[in-house]
Amino acid sequence: MSQFLLSLFSGIFIGGAAGFLGSLMLPKRMALAAGPLGHLALPGIALALIYGFDISLGAFPFVILGIILIWVFERRTKLPTEALTAVVFATGVAIAFFFLPIEQAEAALVGDISSIQLNDAVFSIILCIIIFFVVKEIYSKMTLINISEDLAKSQKIDVEKYNLVYLLLIALIVALGVKVVGGLLTAAIVAIPAVTSRNLAKTIAQYKFLALSFGILSSAFGIFLSQLTMLPAGPLIIVSSAFLFLISITLKR
Amino acid sequence: MLNVGLKMENVILSVENLNVKLNGEAVLIDLSFDVDEGDVLAILGPNGAGKTTLLKALLGIIPYEGVIKWRKGIKIGYVPQRLPFIRDVPLSVKEFFHLENAPENEIKEILKSIGLEKEILKKKIGDLSSGQFQRILIGWALASDPHVLLFDEPLAGIDIGGQESVYNLLERLKEEKNLTILFVIHELSIVYRLANKVLCVNKRMLCSGVPKEKLTSEAISNLYAGQVKFYQHKHKGQESL
Repeated sequence: MSQFLLSLFSGIFIGGAAGFLGSLMLPKRMALAAGPLGHLALPGIALALIYGFDISLGAFPFVILGIILIWVFERRTKLPTEALTAVVFATGVAIAFFFLPIEQAEAALVGDISSIQLNDAVFSIILCIIIFFVVKEIYSKMTLINISEDLAKSQKIDVEKYNLVYLLLIALIVALGVKVVGGLLTAAIVAIPAVTSRNLAKTIAQYKFLALSFGILSSAFGIFLSQLTMLPAGPLIIVSSAFLFLISITLKR
Repeated sequence: MLNVGLKMENVILSVENLNVKLNGEAVLIDLSFDVDEGDVLAILGPNGAGKTTLLKALLGIIPYEGVIKWRKGIKIGYVPQRLPFIRDVPLSVKEFFHLENAPENEIKEILKSIGLEKEILKKKIGDLSSGQFQRILIGWALASDPHVLLFDEPLAGIDIGGQESVYNLLERLKEEKNLTILFVIHELSIVYRLANKVLCVNKRMLCSGVPKEKLTSEAISNLYAGQVKFYQHKHKGQESL
């Protein structure tokens, strides 16, 4: 299979899964958390680049570590999550720059889907399919939890369990996302399709579908444009996504 | 209404020495009371008195010490005070009911009993008036076909017309479905009209019994401890109950 098709398929699956999960993250402002978590992944990405293994594999443990640290600090200090996130993610970026090979900085910061290998691509696509089905499975319960944890608990929903699954999904999508858009832009692949969809959707069914579609479309556009212009795909995906967002504003009544 | 021998069997909820701490601070101290089937219990108290906490403890969604004993097999519907995040989700009324897997024909029945047309199912939750939204929340709680409704400030944030209609709805539901209702409320007029029992709470239990007997001006001023100026000029309200 050509390198172009390989990157196109991987990009489409990761973009779609990110948009779909992002629609669940938006209501509680969680979509923005994907940004800091992506930054946090940078030391892991740097290690992966140095030792030549898949950057998602490098990113994942660091994202998990970041989530755990933020959670522990939150419990100990009662400071707002955003403040703690700032402490943790800035440290992550700083540490990454001690050993990030400078000639590969672009791949780490804004992604490098156009050079993805077959193994990585297959692995990513399978993971995305799993993420899609798990998100689909937990969607209505998580929506209720997003609306009110008390109401969810009164329906005998195990909120802790769902939150844990949800956080794991976020960690996975961030780890996959860094492959496409790098450590700097992960917030954008989960947040922009969801907000664009939010502008247009009247029901949650439309909202889910549109977020997924915009995720897929912007990845496809970005990777096509990258092929034409030889500019990096990650930023082009985000710009395409932002363009769809602008259109959605003009369509919004 | 029944003789004393039957009275114990009629108890649907029994609370003994309930204590709740949140972040190390005692929010509810040593509460004990019973609720009979078909009772409408109004929970009164100033802001921060622990009323919402009491409802959450009764629902079993926060940790507590003491005994909360519901009759076996009792289903509880909960109507929370506010749902600030619900407007962040583009949710139609129908989809809101689907979040708890309510079957289609049941949704239609519920709409009828809360006095709304089925056209409202297509509307976005965010586009409803506060009164309509409150009715939908009640309907949502009714979808699990509960024996008991726990209701946190049913009339808060609703305009006067809406308040009257929600009040009428509660009264009608109680009659039709023989519901036991526990509700947190600030409007004393509603307490007199709807409740057959009252529980005054300010961390501790300050009074409990029939509203007309227990809600004396002293009791009220004691409960609100300086917050209800209207009553204070008559009585100092310093004596304990």
